[in-house]
Amino acid sequence: MNFDFPILSFMIWFPVLGGIYIATQKRTSGNIKIEALSIAIICFISSLLALVYFDNNSANMQFVERYSWIPVFNIEYLLGVDGISLPLIILTTFTTILVICAGWSVISERPHLYMGSFLVLEGIMIGVFAALDAALFYVFWEAMLIPMFLIIGIWGGQNRVYATIKFFLYTLLGSLLMLVALLYLYGETGVFSIESMHNAQLDMIEQKLIFLAFLLAFAVKVPMWPVHTWLPDAHVEAPTGGSVILAAIMLKMGGYGFIRLSLPIVPDAASYFTIPMVVLSLIAIVYIGFVALVQTDMKKLIAYSSISHMGFVTLGFFTVFWVQSSTDNWNDAVLGIEGAMVQMISHGFISGALFLCVGFLYDRLHTRNINDYGGVAEPMPYFASFMMLFAMANAGLPGTSGFVGEFLVILTVFKANFWIAFLAALTLILGAAYTLWMYKRVVFGPVILQPVKELADLSSREMLILSVLALMVLLVGLWPAPLIDMMHPSINSLVEHLSRSKL
Amino acid sequence: MFFETACLITVSAPLASAILVGFFGKKVGKNFTNFLAIGGVVISTILSFYLVYELVFNDRPGLNKNLYTWIASGEFQFQIGFLIDRLTVVMMTVVTFVSCMVHVYTIGYMKDDPGYHRFFSYISLFTFSMLILVMSNNFLQLFFGWEAVGLVSYLLIGFWFKKPSATHANLKAFLVNRVGDFGFLLGICGIFLVFGTLDYHSIFSNIDELSKAKLPGISLLEVDPVTIICILMFIGAMGKSAQIPLHVWLPDSMEGPTPISALIHAATMVTAGIFMVARMSPVYELSSIALLFIVVIGSLTAFFMGILGLVQNDIKRVVAYSTLSQLGYMTVALGVSAYSAAIFHLVTHAFFKALLFLAAGSVIIATHHQQNMDKMGGLKKYMPITYWTSLIGTLALIGFPGFSGFFSKEMIIEAVHFSDSMYSNLIYCFLLAGVFITSLYSFRMFFLVFHGESRMSEADLSHIHESPAVVTLPLILLAIPSMFLGGLIVNEFLFNNFFQESIYNDLERDPLIELSAVFHGPLAMISHSIFTSAFWCAVAGVFVAWYCYLRNPSIPSSMAQRLAIFHYVLKNNYGFDKFNSMVFAGGSVRLGKLLWSKFDILIIDKSLVNGSAKIVNVFSFFIRKVQTGYLYDYAIAMIFGLIVFLIAFVYL
Repeated sequence: MNFDFPILSFMIWFPVLGGIYIATQKRTSGNIKIEALSIAIICFISSLLALVYFDNNSANMQFVERYSWIPVFNIEYLLGVDGISLPLIILTTFTTILVICAGWSVISERPHLYMGSFLVLEGIMIGVFAALDAALFYVFWEAMLIPMFLIIGIWGGQNRVYATIKFFLYTLLGSLLMLVALLYLYGETGVFSIESMHNAQLDMIEQKLIFLAFLLAFAVKVPMWPVHTWLPDAHVEAPTGGSVILAAIMLKMGGYGFIRLSLPIVPDAASYFTIPMVVLSLIAIVYIGFVALVQTDMKKLIAYSSISHMGFVTLGFFTVFWVQSSTDNWNDAVLGIEGAMVQMISHGFISGALFLCVGFLYDRLHTRNINDYGGVAEPMPYFASFMMLFAMANAGLPGTSGFVGEFLVILTVFKANFWIAFLAALTLILGAAYTLWMYKRVVFGPVILQPVKELADLSSREMLILSVLALMVLLVGLWPAPLIDMMHPSINSLVEHLSRSKL
Repeated sequence: MFFETACLITVSAPLASAILVGFFGKKVGKNFTNFLAIGGVVISTILSFYLVYELVFNDRPGLNKNLYTWIASGEFQFQIGFLIDRLTVVMMTVVTFVSCMVHVYTIGYMKDDPGYHRFFSYISLFTFSMLILVMSNNFLQLFFGWEAVGLVSYLLIGFWFKKPSATHANLKAFLVNRVGDFGFLLGICGIFLVFGTLDYHSIFSNIDELSKAKLPGISLLEVDPVTIICILMFIGAMGKSAQIPLHVWLPDSMEGPTPISALIHAATMVTAGIFMVARMSPVYELSSIALLFIVVIGSLTAFFMGILGLVQNDIKRVVAYSTLSQLGYMTVALGVSAYSAAIFHLVTHAFFKALLFLAAGSVIIATHHQQNMDKMGGLKKYMPITYWTSLIGTLALIGFPGFSGFFSKEMIIEAVHFSDSMYSNLIYCFLLAGVFITSLYSFRMFFLVFHGESRMSEADLSHIHESPAVVTLPLILLAIPSMFLGGLIVNEFLFNNFFQESIYNDLERDPLIELSAVFHGPLAMISHSIFTSAFWCAVAGVFVAWYCYLRNPSIPSSMAQRLAIFHYVLKNNYGFDKFNSMVFAGGSVRLGKLLWSKFDILIIDKSLVNGSAKIVNVFSFFIRKVQTGYLYDYAIAMIFGLIVFLIAFVYL
């Protein structure tokens, strides 16, 4: 590969610096939105460039950049992507554009700071996905909280202070334990490189403790039951853009952490803790499904539905060892992890789209309460069509991206145990129930309330945003092969790594 | 080569129509919309006939071709592709032909509806989805089509989305279908577990592996895995083909416009379950327990749902319950391994039931959207074409000798008679009783609508006239096959190995083999029919209907009063709806509220999360007191500290 441009660094630092630049502009400056959008688009194009030059057949890290950063502790500035992180990076750059467009004419208070925060956040998130040095990873991981804290705290709803502090403390608590674990691993291996940590020899007790430390950090982010209660609050208070980024990208950090750190560094502990992890995932899928059913706030409902869908991600990751022991075939496990990865990507599109839909309604009527709507289809037919598509995708309809991940995961866990698949497949009923019931109450029915009657249908800007998302949802649903092809070598080699016990 | 292209065009033409009409219908106007939508489905229909011609008359071998790879991961391949064999082309012809009729009919029926274009877009989309379902060569694509038809059905039941009853009905339909799909998906998982692929061909050619299979997690149950997989998949069929207890959505689906009741909820989509089981015949033949389960469910549906047709006053609901009952007949045929008889009834039923629905629709147009039969009567003289086509449909439905339904229903009943399935005698009786009930409710409806004194107001009567040609033409075109098709194809369809390798029968169990020994051609069958009990059951039904509803109309109401309890039970659909809404819908909401308020809010949020914050607060309330700010307090603390350290150094 003769591609020398440090594209990963560019994708990290260009939006960060650009964001800082925009945030320091005068708030009245008319060009900030266009500048912000251009930065986001340039970043997206670079991620596509990376996709073009990415070698689909290799499981190695690509576009690697390696510089010594703090030599005393062997800390390096080490970046690189493989088939697991590249799709997530593209998802990040893609979503950022949509978020900037979504805030285009809605954010009137300090728009420069708003756009700037999202750009900085974008760079940091790409940093998390691209970092291959544990210290660098940790820096990005924690830095991510700051812009998000600002976004919810400044442009949030009424109860935003409670929500931001809850969000901040929850996630910080988890990540501090991760830091302890990373420092311990540094002590064992003498380096911070994640790849060398993968090969660290650890006995069972060490593995278990490290696993639990990682678990807390990542479980909070995913979020898994019972450390999920920050999410509904954060979503409800966050502005639309914040919700979109939170659901589409930040939740994926947890899943990414599991697959990049937990599984390969401490595989034996992951195998040991399979049953509790599966139980927690199933609780997320079933229990949270029931909780979502009774929400009256649209954003809360979608937030709970996110938790439920992310349950499939953890289920796919942590049934690896169970499936293998029941079929004697590692290929089955590969399929499950791929399902979980597709679920992450697809959830990024669908939950993002649903939060945008709710946001568009909120921009018009300033309420998220389901009972304040009803009959929206009449004044807003285009909106109703788009939301129908996304609602169906959320309910996992085949042909949309929502189906692919859930299908592959259910197909795989069935091989481990019939009853896991049975409980996981309940999402077919529950997901349809909570999504379509909400849809029915918001969009269908006669128009009773006067304000609803006067709603204006989607503007061309909003239409464009939703069309792009709709296209992605359908594309991934109808032809997921390219996505799977991109991930397959990396996941294959991960599973090969998992098959070698460290004990 | 042209053959493959024809297959591709057959599916894609309706999709193209759906997209074009959906996006541009409003802009190009009604006439062009008609052209686009009907053009697409006419192309499909013609090509379907061509495919039938090639496969059946030219004896061309079937086509099994993958189009593209949906997912490839290591050794696992999921393909999208087509399997065109005789079973497929039969289904394709039925789907496209009925769809074509319904498209034309819609021009008249939806004339003044503001959602005209949307409606056309949906029914074209439906035709596409249904073709995807029947043409699939693997389980994955089958499931795609399966859910896609469910989606369109959902959209069309809720077509008039401002009506609360319509949006209630479509949500219910989708969720009940999802319960079925839940089972179906698990069945597919079981298939994938055993074979590692979802491709029909590779599965059916290695079918023996099923008997060796083990399902992890339920090995403790003393049931063999084949049975479990078969029953799980059949649960999907129960949802889609509305078998007890998942039938509850179909009567409510009548909230949708009548054309789609004909197309989706009578002729095509609801028969997808029947088609699926017939397609899976190699799998089902391995499990006699699953087949027995199917027979029992089917006969219960056939009998008990027919009875409900007797107490309905809504003209569409009568036809809906009749559909449920007829689907029960098909299911019974599947259960006794007479797959081709089930498909045969599926075909004839599609024509005459679509005819009955469209005729009912014609009556509904004429009476200005009146659906209550108590407010009709004596329409015969106003609507001659509707009258005669309805009569043909009704006679076909009750199985009057010579009409299509006669051959197919008779074959199912006889197949049960000859089968060695357990309880086959009992089920035979159930089906015969079903014949009586069928003809009773059919002619009750027929007499109430077309005969007797008119129960309409003078003002309404003065407006009544026959429906326009776009409505009556489809009626006539559907009446022709309802009359003749059965007799024409019965011999070929059932006894000449028509389906070749697309349907597999265990020779020891096939009731049609014994049946063929006593079958001497359709004409002999007609002349022999007066000696059969089914014929006399049907005649008795007509007679009772005539006596109770024309001759002596006071009987039904006094019966209803005298048997008030039964009447109440029947009126309430045996309580299924109340039970579901109380236990499942209500129960889920109560459970959700409980989990949310007690666990999420009370235990996790209030106690653990905010509780830990409070503990910090309380702790800091005390620790704060130490930080007095006075120098001498700190000095004392330092001195104590030093002393402690000194002691530690000295003694440790």
